[in-house]
Parts: sequence; C-alpha cells; structure tokens
Amino acid sequence: MKALKKYWWLLGLLLALVVALFSPLASPHPDGLERVAEDQGFLDAGQEPPYQVVPDYLFPGIASEPLATIAAGGLGTLVVFGLGYGLARLLRRRKREASARG
Amino acid sequence: MHIPDGFLNTATAVTTWVASTGGVGYAVRRVTRELDERQVPLMGVTAAFIFAAQMMNFTVAGGTSGHLLGGALAAILLGPWAATLVLTCVLGVQALIFQDGGLLALGANLFNMAIVGVWVGWLAYRGLQRLLGGRTWAAFVSGFGAAWLSVVGAALVAAVELGLSGTAVWKVVLPAMGGVHALIGIGEGLITTAVLAFVRVARPDLLALRELSRSEGAR
Repeated sequence: MKALKKYWWLLGLLLALVVALFSPLASPHPDGLERVAEDQGFLDAGQEPPYQVVPDYLFPGIASEPLATIAAGGLGTLVVFGLGYGLARLLRRRKREASARG
Repeated sequence: MHIPDGFLNTATAVTTWVASTGGVGYAVRRVTRELDERQVPLMGVTAAFIFAAQMMNFTVAGGTSGHLLGGALAAILLGPWAATLVLTCVLGVQALIFQDGGLLALGANLFNMAIVGVWVGWLAYRGLQRLLGGRTWAAFVSGFGAAWLSVVGAALVAAVELGLSGTAVWKVVLPAMGGVHALIGIGEGLITTAVLAFVRVARPDLLALRELSRSEGAR
C-alpha cells in the first residue's frame, strides 16, 4: 500500500501506454479541422513538413500498420512523459534553490 | 485541430508565436513559484495520458472524427499554469517528432490548445463550480461543461486565425469549426468526466492538491 502511494505515477504511465496500445482502433476519419478544410476547399493549402521523423504516427521500418502505430504511440507517450516529468522536476529544483536563497 | 503549415499567413503565424512564447514563459515562472512536489510526477502522467488519448480519434458524424484536447482536464488536475506547460510538451513533441501540426503553425496551435483551451476550461470550471456548489455531481457537471467549452473556444479561435489569414471565409469557417467541435466537445466532456471520476476514486488527494499548492504559493 505504501509502495502504491509512492509509485502511483508508474500506474498512471502504464495506463497511458495501454491507451496508446489501442491507438490502431482510432477512427480513420479526418478530424474536425481537416473536415472543414476539405469542405471549404483549403485542405490543399497545407504544406508538407520540411523533415519527417515519425510521420502519421507510424514508426518507420515496421511493415504492419497496427504495430507501427503502437510503436509510435508508445514512443511518443514515453517521450512526452519524460519531458513533462523532467520539466516539472527542473522547475521544482529552481523553486527550492530560490527559497534557499531567500 | 492541429493546424499544418500553409494554412496561416505570416502575420498570424508570427503574432501567435509571440503570444504563445509570452504565455508559456509566464507559465514557467508561475509554476516555478507554485509547484508542489507531488505534482511533479502528475505533470508527467497527465502529459503522457493526453498524448496517448490524442491518438484515439473517435467518430462523431458524417465521416468526421475528433480526439481529446485535454486542456480542461489538465487545468482541473494541475491548475492552469502547469496545464499550459503540459499541453506545450504534448504539442511540441507532436510537431517536432510526429509532424502533427506545422512548425510555423506551432505558435498558433500552442495558443489555441495550450492557452485558450486551458484557460477557457479553467475559468468555466471555476465559474460552474461556484454556480453549482461543491457537491460531487456538481464537480462532474462542471468538468463536462468546462471540457466542452474549451474545445469549442479553441476551435473558434482557430477559425479566427484561418479567417485572418485569408485562408477561409469568415462567415463560413466560424460556424463550421464551431459546429463540428460542438460535437467533438461532447466526447471531450465524456472522457474528461471519466478521468476525473477515476482520479477521485483512486487518488482524491491529487484533486485537493491544487488548492493546497495555490494557497501555499500565495503565502
């Protein structure tokens, strides 16, 4: 119970990864903005990105589309977690340093 | 609702970049002052969940889909300043690694979803709660309403940017964006309410944390 209290965030991260696992089941339809752009004829104004890393949420080099989607989703979920956690940790340290000075 | 490059003219792209840089910069200062230790992992988990949930498009109507934006959810869990930073992490990674949303348009996407979406959600949540009182069901109704309003608000601001850029006709794009996102907002409300209910059962202290850190920050 004590471990759960301390490591609950691992469960949260796991939950996010489970959501990413289901991402191949996402609706393939265009989203609200794409729909409006298509209807009003400005979809073609969109430009190709200048470089591509993991375009269309498909991890490059994986033939199976569902698996490529899961790999991309898992990667993104972990990267975003690390970024959010790391940023929060950094700002938290800054706060401690500031209060130590004050 | 991620705007790709090419939809916005230079003036709109630059203006929204400047506004977003200022908004995110100020959020960094506020979070530095107010962040509670227990919110550190919560920022990571919220960002991860919103990223994953944004991949789960759900069909709304007529061959159109939508997905969670998460601005209201993040604001209710973490307060508006930390929520802006969480959405900034999500949108930044989407633009830089997944080519979802343009690079020149990232300023506008941050403005719409990390700032407008977060603040409309936050202010609506506070307002609705004050109106309905502190009962449990009121918190869920407030969460649903805040989530719906945050999506429609972000969509309308995106429509304004498209109109200002001369990409779309004002009179057509405003009701079109508002209308389709009024539907998507229902999904946003349902997911937001479900997650809030889950957190309330699993970790009720996290919901109370926000108030705590705010009063500490004020001291």
